[in-house]
Amino acid sequence: MNWELIFGQIKWNSFVFSGAIENPSLSEFIASGAGFIAVLGALAAVILLTVKGWWVPLWRDWLTSVDHKKVGIMYIAIALVMFARAVIEAALIRAQQLSAYDGGGFLSADHFGQLFSTHGTIMIFFVAMPFITGLMNYVMPLQIGARDVSFPLLNAISLMLTMAGAILIMVSLVVGQFSTGGWSAYPPFTGIEFSPGEGVDYWIWAVSLGSIGSTLTGLNFAVTIYKKRCPGMTLFRMPLFCWTTLCTSILMIFAMAPLTAATIMLALDRYAGFHFFTNGDGGNMMNYANLFWLFGHPEVYILILPAFGVWSEVVATFASKRIYGYTSLVYATMCIAVLSFAVWLHHFFTMGQSANVNAVFGIATMVIGVPTGVKVYDWLLTMVGGRIRFTTPMLFHINFLLTFILGGMTGVLLANPGVDFQVHNTLFLVAHFHNMIIPGVLFGMFAAVQFWFPKVFGFRLHEGLGRASFWCFAPGFLLAFFPLYWLGMMGATRRTYMWSDPSYLPWLALAMAGAALILAGFALMVAQIVVSVRRREQLAAPLGDPWDGRALEWSIPSPPPEWNFAVLPQVTARDPFYEAKKAGIAYRSPAAYEDIEVPRNTATAPLIGLFACAWAFALVWHIWWLVVVSFVLMWVVVIVRSFQTDTEETVPAATVKAANEAFLAAARAAPGVARDREMTSENRGRALPEGLEGRSGPVSSRAPVEVLP
Amino acid sequence: MSLSERLHPGLNLAGTDPEGHEAAEEVLFGFWIFLMSDLVLFAVLFATYAAMSVQGIAGGPRPAEVFDLTAAFLETMLLLLSSFAFGFAMLEMKYRENRRRVLSWLLVTGVLGAAFVGMELHDYYVMITAHAAPPQASGFLSAYYLLTGTHALHVSSGLVWMAIMAVQVMVIGFSTPVKLRLMRLALFWHMLDVVWIGIFTFVYLFGVVS
Repeated sequence: MNWELIFGQIKWNSFVFSGAIENPSLSEFIASGAGFIAVLGALAAVILLTVKGWWVPLWRDWLTSVDHKKVGIMYIAIALVMFARAVIEAALIRAQQLSAYDGGGFLSADHFGQLFSTHGTIMIFFVAMPFITGLMNYVMPLQIGARDVSFPLLNAISLMLTMAGAILIMVSLVVGQFSTGGWSAYPPFTGIEFSPGEGVDYWIWAVSLGSIGSTLTGLNFAVTIYKKRCPGMTLFRMPLFCWTTLCTSILMIFAMAPLTAATIMLALDRYAGFHFFTNGDGGNMMNYANLFWLFGHPEVYILILPAFGVWSEVVATFASKRIYGYTSLVYATMCIAVLSFAVWLHHFFTMGQSANVNAVFGIATMVIGVPTGVKVYDWLLTMVGGRIRFTTPMLFHINFLLTFILGGMTGVLLANPGVDFQVHNTLFLVAHFHNMIIPGVLFGMFAAVQFWFPKVFGFRLHEGLGRASFWCFAPGFLLAFFPLYWLGMMGATRRTYMWSDPSYLPWLALAMAGAALILAGFALMVAQIVVSVRRREQLAAPLGDPWDGRALEWSIPSPPPEWNFAVLPQVTARDPFYEAKKAGIAYRSPAAYEDIEVPRNTATAPLIGLFACAWAFALVWHIWWLVVVSFVLMWVVVIVRSFQTDTEETVPAATVKAANEAFLAAARAAPGVARDREMTSENRGRALPEGLEGRSGPVSSRAPVEVLP
Repeated sequence: MSLSERLHPGLNLAGTDPEGHEAAEEVLFGFWIFLMSDLVLFAVLFATYAAMSVQGIAGGPRPAEVFDLTAAFLETMLLLLSSFAFGFAMLEMKYRENRRRVLSWLLVTGVLGAAFVGMELHDYYVMITAHAAPPQASGFLSAYYLLTGTHALHVSSGLVWMAIMAVQVMVIGFSTPVKLRLMRLALFWHMLDVVWIGIFTFVYLFGVVS
């Protein structure tokens, strides 16, 4: 038995710490420091779990759970952990660029390349994707009045595959190097000829795992929406978040396959000497660009559409008004989803195709601005005449409208191939897509966390700290990215590791200040969560409806019971819960309760995730015995599961009845809180129905409350 | 809705119980969607092949020089016949629930499918040894092996799935989950036929003509 047979290509100097010993430099110390933080973080988690005795609850209540709500929470937890890493990397990128005048700077070129590659890969595949997936997981079934998704186990498997990818990318901090080929990993640079070693392989397998997980998620959610809506919930009565989830799911079903194909082809080039994207021998790297962006552009809309759904929910709730132009918002969403497949070529206008081809895709790209514009007007008009509460999610929403429009306009500029040739590959482009993704997707997710947190955990988040974090995030974003537009127009290329034009300096300094503000915003957000957990008694809103909500998820207790709805609701209109409150028929006891079947927890999904992670790691390091063993084990788990017949358990009607009647009684007895008192500890989650407040004039917070039977 | 409208075609569950059929529809609909996304994967591979079989020759052999139409035709027949046999297995399952007959038809399906995979591997062997056309030779051959190889891999995993289903029919019998799994396997198997028809037409026939 020799070393390579057992450990593949791992050597002692594969570990990041050896770099600092062999070749001491600031760049290596930072790499080692990051490795240490990853190792210490993992150790701290292990110690915490052991000391608190949380291993068993973690396994029993969370990892083996197939409940869509827990799966959703775990997705968002992954997203936040990965966000912490990638946002620190962003700050390092900014610091390097600030200090890199005439070859200065403190990072080696290779280290810098890894930083922007992991930053992009993580932010897209392991922050944005798990964030939206987690949110859709949690909220969508509640909004359509379902007890779970169509395939709960498949849902858990998607989560575990995504987690396996995230773990793999964290492992790359400690063992070996990551790719330096950017998040899009263009060959031939990422081919074996120019990027030997494990870096690109880490990218390939981490992304492939996430991609397969997302395909399964899309399938699952689309089927759920088509087949699991509660009685009366026609498609055009669904909340807009469900519509955007549906469109995103459809995009996932169609768009992830090209990515999987592209990563497999790149892997075959690298592992088996195929010639898909090589220089010469019939390879064609332009095909990679096509395949990657055939996924990559719909991906942009996979991310933004759920955020659009969040914005629609947020603006209607905090303007206390029915969403304006529901039908047009639905059609706009569908138009965007369809058009998103017709514009991928605008990512490589400069690749050499004819001007007519560029013109077609340029026009298609500009056309996408139309349905998006429709949406913006709808959101604006929703606010007109509404009684707006400037809560944290609403602040994010208003900031979104202002900045997203600017980003959209630079997008229309870039859609013009002539302009694109000028600013292609510059920081102008970097500014543009951050301008779309940060105020649109990321802040949308932050707003969603503020909005649905009380639903998920039964207590509100601390509002003051939330607003403080907003006031760091929003200007921080502007400072960090608007200078990049100027730099881009001055000719600064993206991913640049050093520069020599002194006029860049003030802009880079501004961008650095912005990055610092964003970091401060994130710190405040973490502080907000910590403080809120500590003060959960004061912030408690167990009665489920802290914001005078509109859709069905607000009609059940917070946190919701395992079975979501004691009795499946009957829906007769849009905004069903809001209408029920207005009509005085909310919180009524159902006529009868029935037994509820819920899926049992199972170790299937975490075991598949574990073996998938081992399989991918083994592939990265060419540990062939482990490749075979983990692959076989993965499928053994599936096969063993298929022989189990007792996969469901029954919650007796009496249990459901006791829990639900207790909740309904508490809700009916609660005095209800008016909107101008919703941020006080009076807000226990029973909203004073808007209809009873009167529609005009200031609302007295001491208005009489009629407790409805 | 009338009773017949609420029943899922091709299945007979728990004495034509409508609720069971409606639950089954959800499961099968999900599988249709899976097949659709799998077809997107094949579409991408076809598109790649279409580009590379023209532009990726790179001094290596051309399609017409390496393809054996007779073998491809026989493979087509094998796969179509195996689908035909699977159809009989499903009819037996729906109307008679006779284990022995269902298993026999599954065996026929499996043997034909295995013969298909065997012949395809033999094709690869001939291409590599007699024509010096391994996947590493050119972009065209890379794309050819990936497209047909992905299909062969699908057929092979279908065979493994079939073996497991045979065991489940023997051990568990025709419970609703087993019936639904067989139904899904049948859909999968037929989809692979459709993909193969595409491969036969676009790869082999076009390749030999051009």
